[in-house]
This record gives sequence, structure tokens and C-alpha cells, in this order.
Amino acid sequence: MTTSIPPEADLGALPALPRDGEGRVFKAPWEAQAFAMTLSLHARGVFSWREWADALAAELAAAAARGEPDDGTRYYEHWLAALEKLAAGKQLVTGQELERRADEWDAAARATPHGKPIELPR
Amino acid sequence: MSEHDHQHHGDGHGHDRPLSGPALRVKALESLLVEKGLVDPKALDELIDTYETKVGPRNGARVVARAWVDPAYKQRLLADGGAAIAELGFVERDADILVLENTPRVRNLVVCTLCSCYPWPVLGLPPVWYKSAPYRSRAVIDPRGVLKELGGGIADDVEVRVWDSTAELRYLVLPERPAGTVGWTEEQLAEIVTRDAMIGVAAVTVPAGSRR
Repeated sequence: MTTSIPPEADLGALPALPRDGEGRVFKAPWEAQAFAMTLSLHARGVFSWREWADALAAELAAAAARGEPDDGTRYYEHWLAALEKLAAGKQLVTGQELERRADEWDAAARATPHGKPIELPR
Repeated sequence: MSEHDHQHHGDGHGHDRPLSGPALRVKALESLLVEKGLVDPKALDELIDTYETKVGPRNGARVVARAWVDPAYKQRLLADGGAAIAELGFVERDADILVLENTPRVRNLVVCTLCSCYPWPVLGLPPVWYKSAPYRSRAVIDPRGVLKELGGGIADDVEVRVWDSTAELRYLVLPERPAGTVGWTEEQLAEIVTRDAMIGVAAVTVPAGSRR
């Protein structure tokens, strides 16, 4: 798609753009993990980029519809939600399994002293 | 802008969770996918390392610099972006890349209005503003304002073309080679090509003090 806008259009009231340098690409390790899992599952042929782009766009649109400020800072939260839904839709991991496993990790994390790696009891 | 004093907690869970909401969910998802043999933790680490340290806008800068010094390469790049980029060893397996040439009369601006499709193999991961709603909407309705805000603006008689990326087709802008760079080597040229210039929001300029 291409568009052209006449130069005289008055659009001064539009929201300001966030800025950043060429800094870090991930703000937290979990963002990188979510990103890499997506690439990995796609490489296995679990979903196409079209399916992925649709899932992510749906999450972003839903966040906007809820009135959340969409300035890119919560981008990977939406990314993760899209990945969870796609994983459930493709019957890789159900929502129930996810919830149970999150609770297990949570319990393990609480039971682990500071400075020790968190592991699930086997 | 700081979010530090306004920590987001997921879904009404308590404040004393050692793992935060999304970190916990990622751990849960990853451990399940690993158990089912759907992802390999070593491959995940390699991917993260690649994207954090090895891929970035420098790949795209090398493509642009080559096109500036080698007219035959530029022809191939404009005719088949993916193939010409692969000549330099950067491979986009999943989408076509169309290279858009800026001229004194035409400036190209790339956006993904729906999400954040982006030519990862040449530019790395997109900057925060590229993923933001203001950019995704304003690039289409007010591209001149965006160019002014992010890249110093353009003259009224220059046409702006806005390109909306998709899952199957990504864009890379071939910026104009700036004046004052006659006789520069490909490496010297690659150093001044910025990520913003290859998205199309800014022109390439010769930084003060780097004239040789």
C-alpha cells in the first residue's frame, strides 16, 4: 500500500512519537525468551508468519480497544499473549496446562532462597 | 519517561511474587514446550544471542553502502531485494524484501500499521517507536509530520510514499548517498548509514568531523 498526503494538511494535534536510541532490543530476559520461542515454533512450521501477524495484530487491537496507551512499552506483553493464544489454538499447550505450570513455577520461586536457581520439584 | 514507579502486576496477583507476571508465564510456556519437544532451549539461547548481538542495522548499512559504490549491485538490489541481500550473507527466509530507492523527488517511509513486520535480517529488531500506535497511525495520515519529528523534515515539493509492511513483504529504504562522500570506501559509507534512514524517517548525513 502507498499513500500520499498533501503538504498543507494540518495534523498538529496528533500524538507525539516515542523516541529511543539504538539501544537494547529487549528490556527483560523474558521478552527475549518469548521472541525466540516464536521464531523457533515458526521455524518448525507450527504457524505461518501470516498467522503470527494476525494473532499479534489482534492483541494490539484489543489493547487499544481497552484504552491502554499503546506506546510500544508493553509490546512484548501483547506478543506473549498472542503466542499463548496461538499455542492453545494449535493445541500445543492448553490454557489449563499453562495456568497449572505457572502456579508450580510460582510456588517453586517462593520456596527458593535468594541467589539460588529456581527449579521445579521432580 | 519512566515506568519504574508504576510496576505492572499481572492479573491481580499478589505483590510479593518473586517472578513477575509475564516472566512467570514465559517460564511456564517454555518449560511445557521444551517437555513436549517443540522447542530446544539451546536453540532459543542461540537465537537470542544472534538477535541481541549479531544482527542489527549494521547488516542493512552494508547493503546500502554496497549499492552506493556498485551500480550493478544496486540494479540487482532494486530488482530482487531478497536475492541481492542474500549475496552479502543475510537471509530472510520467510518474506520477500522490496528495496525502495529514495531520490531527490521521492522519499519512502516504511511502517507496519497492524503490528510490527520489519526486515529483521537486515535491521535487527524494530525500535520502540516503530511498534507504537502513534507511529503506526501517523506514518499513514501524517507522514510529513513524522518525517519532521523524527528526521528533520523534507521540502514541500518532495513526494512521500508510505509503504505498509506485511507478513509476506518487508521493505528496506535505500537512502540517498549524501554529498561530500566522494572517494569514501564502502566501509566508511556503511558507518554513516543509520537504522532510521533505512526505515525512511531520516536522511543519511555526514556527521561533523567525519569528513575525510
